[in-house]
Amino acid sequence: MTIFLVKRFFVFVITLFVASLVIFFLLEILPGDPASIILGIGAQDDTLAALRLEMGLNLPAPERYYSWIKGILYGNFGKSYTYDIPVYSLIIERLSLSIPLALLAISLSTFLAIPLGVFAAANHKRIADTSIMGFSQLGLAVPNFWFAILLILFFSVKLGWFSAGGFAGWETGFGAGLKSLTLPAISLALPQAAILARVTRSAVLENMDKDYIRTARAKGLSKKAALWRHAVRNALIPVVTILGLQLSFLLAGTIIIENVFYLPGLGRLLFQSISQRDLVVVKNIVMLLAATVVTINFLVDIIYVIIDPRLRDNS
Amino acid sequence: MNYSILKNLWKQSLNNRSFLLGIVLSLIMILTGLISIFWTPFPVEIFDISHKLEGPSAKHWLGTDHFGRDMTSMLMAGAWNSMLVSLFAISLGAGIGIPLGVFAAGKSGWVEELVMRFNDFAFAFPALLTAVMISAIYGPGIINSVIAIGIFNIPVFARISRGSALVIYKLEFILAARISGKNEFQIAFEHILPNILSVLIIQSTIQFALGILAEAGLSYLGLGTQPPQPSWGKMLSEAQTMMFIAPQMAILPGIAIVLTVLGLNLLGDGLRDILDPRLRDKN
Amino acid sequence: MKIINKMHTKILLICCSILIISGAAFASKKHLTMGMVLEPPHLDPTAGAAAAIDEIVYANVFEGLTRINQNAEVLPALAESWSISRNGLKYTFKLQKGVKFHDGSIFDSNDVVFSLNRARSEKSTNAQKSLFSSIKEVMAQGTNTVIVTLKNPTGNFLFNMGWGDAVIVDSSSANSNKSNPIGTGPFTFKRWVKGDRIELGENKSYWGQKPALKTATFKIIPDPAAAVAALMAGDADAFANFPAPEMASQFQSDSRFTVKVGSTEGETILSTNNKQKPFNDLRVRQAIAHALNSKEIIDGAMFGFGTPIGSHFAPHHAAYINLTGTYPHNINKAKKLLTEAGLPDGFSATLKLPPPSYARRGGEIVASQLRKVGIKLEIIPVEWAQWLDQVFKNKDFDLTIVSHTEPMDIGIYTRPKYYFQYQNPSFNSIIEELNVTSSTKKRYALMGAAQAILSKDAVNGFLFQLAKLGIWNKNVIGLWENSPVQANDLTGVSWKK
Repeated sequence: MTIFLVKRFFVFVITLFVASLVIFFLLEILPGDPASIILGIGAQDDTLAALRLEMGLNLPAPERYYSWIKGILYGNFGKSYTYDIPVYSLIIERLSLSIPLALLAISLSTFLAIPLGVFAAANHKRIADTSIMGFSQLGLAVPNFWFAILLILFFSVKLGWFSAGGFAGWETGFGAGLKSLTLPAISLALPQAAILARVTRSAVLENMDKDYIRTARAKGLSKKAALWRHAVRNALIPVVTILGLQLSFLLAGTIIIENVFYLPGLGRLLFQSISQRDLVVVKNIVMLLAATVVTINFLVDIIYVIIDPRLRDNS
Repeated sequence: MNYSILKNLWKQSLNNRSFLLGIVLSLIMILTGLISIFWTPFPVEIFDISHKLEGPSAKHWLGTDHFGRDMTSMLMAGAWNSMLVSLFAISLGAGIGIPLGVFAAGKSGWVEELVMRFNDFAFAFPALLTAVMISAIYGPGIINSVIAIGIFNIPVFARISRGSALVIYKLEFILAARISGKNEFQIAFEHILPNILSVLIIQSTIQFALGILAEAGLSYLGLGTQPPQPSWGKMLSEAQTMMFIAPQMAILPGIAIVLTVLGLNLLGDGLRDILDPRLRDKN
Repeated sequence: MKIINKMHTKILLICCSILIISGAAFASKKHLTMGMVLEPPHLDPTAGAAAAIDEIVYANVFEGLTRINQNAEVLPALAESWSISRNGLKYTFKLQKGVKFHDGSIFDSNDVVFSLNRARSEKSTNAQKSLFSSIKEVMAQGTNTVIVTLKNPTGNFLFNMGWGDAVIVDSSSANSNKSNPIGTGPFTFKRWVKGDRIELGENKSYWGQKPALKTATFKIIPDPAAAVAALMAGDADAFANFPAPEMASQFQSDSRFTVKVGSTEGETILSTNNKQKPFNDLRVRQAIAHALNSKEIIDGAMFGFGTPIGSHFAPHHAAYINLTGTYPHNINKAKKLLTEAGLPDGFSATLKLPPPSYARRGGEIVASQLRKVGIKLEIIPVEWAQWLDQVFKNKDFDLTIVSHTEPMDIGIYTRPKYYFQYQNPSFNSIIEELNVTSSTKKRYALMGAAQAILSKDAVNGFLFQLAKLGIWNKNVIGLWENSPVQANDLTGVSWKK
């Protein structure tokens, strides 16, 4: 067990290291000079050189990589070229939108999808099952940004209940902030819910087939009790795995929805920073997103082994 | 496969509603796309500004867009571009992912570990992130969306082919083949691939649908297909500011995407029912 | 009125109380919320080219020696008056007395010397360093007089000193102006919520006449659809540059709003690489000019907002001459010219388009128009970063569309290394003469001659003058209708009631 953990942790660190190298290298070859973006078309060569010096762009690449990694380990992410404030506070500011949005979306989809999935499994091959699966099929096919546009068309343009975009900010009140995240969260949650409902349904069905349920049923346990006490509980493992994956992907997935609704979140910051060549911001955000996914994968692996010791031998 | 198995499959296909609806929708879309190469009601590269934002009429069945282009023609040509990107992206993902997965299944130990870690690594970069980076470096365009969606498909195909291949490798006839002196490549090609083919076909159909969604998303962000090539995602992003004056521009391309993806997903589900008997009872 | 149920009444009540509360806060209406599309990268106008910086701080937070009003006239600001020596080389500025920076430090001649020298120094990161290139020496004479000596007479010097890039800063706060701008203007910087808004407060010790407004908020709303909603809901009182011309019509028919179509300094042109084959052939450029249909481009890309131009000059300027008829839209003539140039079947070229919608949409229309005469354009969308790098710096392009928003910038056509690589000695000599001429009448004649040459040479495809589409609450008065410099000067703005 310990050996496995150490080994797995080692792999985790290596993956992060490789990821940081790839990100750094990709940004190295990115064309476009950050200094000339800031100064625009009227800038003179000597002005540009002066700014490049100020931004530390003249140092050799290995040195810059080293100082970047060192900075990360010490919690210092550097300063944004464009905003001239620490990247750390910039990211934290944006996360105050992106994390609540992701959480809101994932809880919406969970509370919608898991009961529906279980319900469909319980009514296997009946009309409830067929129609839930039909709707989830539709949910899978609807692009979330188009769904967002439809929501805007209906709730903002037609009914005027929500604004068509933008973020009121938490300081204007929790309710106002939540209101501006409602439509975005719904549009993010739809495809997630569709996937989750399907996974839940098939996981429950699979467990219903297992021998121990048959045994329990043979011993006189009612179908309903068997479903809830055994099948659903055991089905939660794959469901939670999917949820974990969805959460890490949501952080990146919000890029497009944040664009539809013009929300100042992490994804939009990344998008803007790339076009403004604010490389310090870009590399730290991409690193953060990659690290989140790798970490969640790592944790899921660990949890698996703890839950199911049989897997230890394989690894 | 002998005649009676084929006959049986045919019979099952006719009885499978998912499959039937899926194949009809998919065929309609594919045919529309193919026709658009040779013919559209109006040329999509010529603008007619004086007839912009018109509603449906006998001349323009679905109206015109902000440049006065015929919406029907735009949707038709958009179908072709979507499918092309998705098809190439899957070929890229499958072309690299399947050999990797089969190879990893055949060779356990550090090779397998390496391949699977690479997989995790590729998974750490969501398609959108990859696409944003690629387009920042090489500029947006069709080829870059193919690469971005393709990269995302590599670990998907690697995982599924490794998983299915592992099962086959444990079967006795592989041992028999080894004893008869066949090398790894022969075994992979002659025994493993044919046996995991149905799983791969099902997965490809689903990835094809996901590819169409991803292409639409990238084009919506302005990273995918570029003008004057019409694309559904780009049409939607253009429609967004016209939503107040021409809502049909925001609705039609979305319906096209939904129908296509729905068709492909249903086709995938249907194929799974038909080709993979293990799952048949459950769905 | 439809039936209102209990729930709705409740909501209405809440809404009303919010209205009353907010109404109380702005009962005297001393506050303005201005919507803007782009967020500034920082707030130091002396260290960046972004228009959004000036649109917030110009005349509001920072002031220069002179200032420009909405009719492009030069007015005194921190310099109360000035005199110019007979040879046009020596400018003596008399400064305002009793002026304080927002942090309390005193403004005097040393600050002027510091600011101008900082802008032209070797380590300067000023985006418009050329504004200061003609300065030979800046000297303080006592605390209230500054003498600027020029290397050569510069007709535009007073105008140049009115740019946002030439504002006067204090030596102690100069380096922190990016995040905490300290100027001498009637508004102080209060707060910046990144990605959302920037708030300005009242400068209680302002030296000049205090504006009617006490506070202002600049709200960043990049999305056109959200901009419409914000105006409709009153979240924003005004948009000086409304981002979506396609949605303007619904405000024009709404009596709550004022819609003003003003002019900008933005000549939107199909920039042509004059050294690149086949564009080095005058006949090819003429053919392009004949193939373009400005009206259609303005209709399609800008929904009718914009003025056709025939040369690189703003139509609202007194020295403007109408040259839109030099090469009228004529496909047959275009084809004939191409045939004469040895390209009867047309040719293929690239069109690199930066992000603004005038360029992206306009570019698609241009491509469609040129296709009709056999010129096949491949559209390459680029980010500003790539545009600056590939097009502007390395001249790696055939055609591009961009709006040149600097005021009075016809002089760029003399620069030998400028990205469209145009060279014409007779044009250069006109501009040289213009630079040393001070008589207005003569200056206008020279400007006219310069416009005519550019038009005849079809240097670039001259498409249209970018319109400034201003939409605001009808009770707001005093906002600029035109923008001769990039600014939202709030000093003259007030509420009617």
